[in-house]
Amino acid sequence: MTAPADATARLTGFVAALRAHGVRIGTGETVDAAQAAAALGFADRVLLREGLAATLLHTTDQRRLFDAVFDLYFPRGVGAPEGETGDRDDLRDRLADALAAGDDILLAQLAVEAVDGLGGYGSSPGSDGWSSYQTLERLRPQTLMARVRDDVRRQGGGEGFTGRLLEDEIRRRIEAFRALVAAEARRRVAERRGRDEIARRAVAPTADRVDFLYAGKDRLAELRRTVQPLARKLATRLAARRRRASRGTIDLRRTLRGSLSTGGVPMRPVLRRRRPARPELVLLCDVSGSVAGFSDFTMLLVQALHDQFSKVRVFAFVNRIDEITGLLDHGAADPEGLGARIRAEATLTGWHGSSDYGVALGEFAERYAGAVGPRTTVFVLGDARTNMSDPNLAAVRQIAERARHVHWLNPEPRAQWGTGDSAAYAYAELVAMHECRNAHQLGALIGRLLPV
Amino acid sequence: MFTSVDDVSARLAETGYLASPAVATTVFLADRLGKPLLVEGPAGVGKTELAKAVAAVAGARLVRLQCYEGVDESRALYEWNHAKQLLRISAGRDETWDETRTDIFSEEFLLPRPLLTAIRGDEPTVLLIDETDKADVEVEGLLLEVLSDFQVTVPELGTITATRRPFVVLTSNASRELSEALRRRCLFLHIGFPDEELERRIVRLKVPGIDAALAKSVVRVVGALRAMDLRKVPSVAETIDWARTLLALGAGTLDATLVRDTLGVILKHQDDVQKAAAKLDLDAV
Repeated sequence: MTAPADATARLTGFVAALRAHGVRIGTGETVDAAQAAAALGFADRVLLREGLAATLLHTTDQRRLFDAVFDLYFPRGVGAPEGETGDRDDLRDRLADALAAGDDILLAQLAVEAVDGLGGYGSSPGSDGWSSYQTLERLRPQTLMARVRDDVRRQGGGEGFTGRLLEDEIRRRIEAFRALVAAEARRRVAERRGRDEIARRAVAPTADRVDFLYAGKDRLAELRRTVQPLARKLATRLAARRRRASRGTIDLRRTLRGSLSTGGVPMRPVLRRRRPARPELVLLCDVSGSVAGFSDFTMLLVQALHDQFSKVRVFAFVNRIDEITGLLDHGAADPEGLGARIRAEATLTGWHGSSDYGVALGEFAERYAGAVGPRTTVFVLGDARTNMSDPNLAAVRQIAERARHVHWLNPEPRAQWGTGDSAAYAYAELVAMHECRNAHQLGALIGRLLPV
Repeated sequence: MFTSVDDVSARLAETGYLASPAVATTVFLADRLGKPLLVEGPAGVGKTELAKAVAAVAGARLVRLQCYEGVDESRALYEWNHAKQLLRISAGRDETWDETRTDIFSEEFLLPRPLLTAIRGDEPTVLLIDETDKADVEVEGLLLEVLSDFQVTVPELGTITATRRPFVVLTSNASRELSEALRRRCLFLHIGFPDEELERRIVRLKVPGIDAALAKSVVRVVGALRAMDLRKVPSVAETIDWARTLLALGAGTLDATLVRDTLGVILKHQDDVQKAAAKLDLDAV
């Protein structure tokens, strides 16, 4: 079967853009995708999108990325919308109606008009473009909230019990509209600047590959939702490692005793049973502003894994250290509020508010020495930036000597270690330090490093 | 089997399975390209139901392999019937060894397990490999040959190739990461929670006596619960259960007391119940 040359090029360009974002697609899948496109035709965009997703993707977390790139390569329309687009007030009126009705098709159409009418900037061919930020700043859909709510109430839609859900529903519709505007602006820019470039630069990567240090609020929220599935996955991986580790040496005494029933021929070898010693875990987390997102995520992950260990103790520090294990148990029900609660209820800062690894680690070695024993694995989470104060290597050495293992997870890229006030390499000489920039790396590290 | 995506939706709907466009498209492609279908998604969104519905539509026999930890070749593929072989050997006393040997390794003594059964049949077959993620990694290796070439090699008999390719559905809850090799051989379908309109239709189909307004309220509340950060968000199965409960209680409309009393039907953790009650203002009652 031969597809038109243009369609083939479009498809391979699309695949190349996905590969550039780290989606692994082989030639076989591309051929499958082309067959799917041939079977479905290009007429119905939704069917084509689902068909390509079925053939090209293999996991769920790439879907968001896929949809964004798909919108660029197989856009809803081409060029500017037909007909006159109304001014700002007219758009706001129609947007309010569409939000009240929850009409997705109308919302998509309004996003197109809004970007065309309000999002353009610049006039010369080199410097002009389309901005979703500018569109949303001018349109301000979030300020329509009260108006839409009142509209729906007036039409009798907000009565009874479900009335209290109304505000959240409208808020979700507004969020969806903002996403539509962003996608439309990307499409318009892509028409001007070339699709391939925009697909590479302007589409956000999947959540598990976003750097902890630069992740925004909504990205962190998205990550938090992956904690439970990730923990489940890690738990099965740990169970598999445990099973493998328990295949020990032959227990001669029990094998011979078992062989009596088969006339002294050892038919069934009995393996020496390992005592299941559940390891203990101690977490030392820097929760100062710069690395808080990373620490919060890791704490939640370890908390979700707590039944794998006999004991988990969690300590947080900025420049003083305090135990927060108790706070984290509550955290299971309310992960968003975790960071705020830690900062409110634990004593983490002394005279000033910036992080000081030396003092905090020294205090840990002094006050909580009993927490670390020969069965304990210690994880230190932080960027090792000491704000120019003494790194207190003696305290780290002391912890490392008492513990079974000490691992340091550093959310900074390896290239930045040791630059400025980072004492990363000084610490790395004493304990194993691992680069852990995103959830993907963290999952791999935790699966490998956790003791069995 | 199907002529178009709309045909898939319409015929699945006849058997009582309302498919989203994504589901219908992927089922159509799986049939057209002859590839296995790997279905992932949260529990209770109808992954297994999909296989059953496809079997019902195609008038095909459903062969099911339920995976669990420790499932192996002799449970999934085939096994020799040792007891019968022993009987056969002791029954034929005057034969030469060569005759006996060729005889005891013939079809008569083969116990086909689901994978072999699905491949050998002549009639249309839907092979459902349920909860693939529960099986060990070794079983995945076994599946690779079956799923890519639709053939099974039995050393004593040779290679058995499917005369008629079964429609294969694998389901997974993603409790373990399936291997890349297995994923590559399949079309991937993620069944998420349906959108509001589709879920409303599902509720009205599965709970026939329910009032349209009540169905709408139920779906909206469940939608709000899914937007919360809960340990276990309610699935379609829970929505249907809840609708049935409300119907049995004879409720006409939702109110705060009723929701609080029946919240246990949709939420399975005490933490979640408390959190949802706080967010929905149920404590004020």
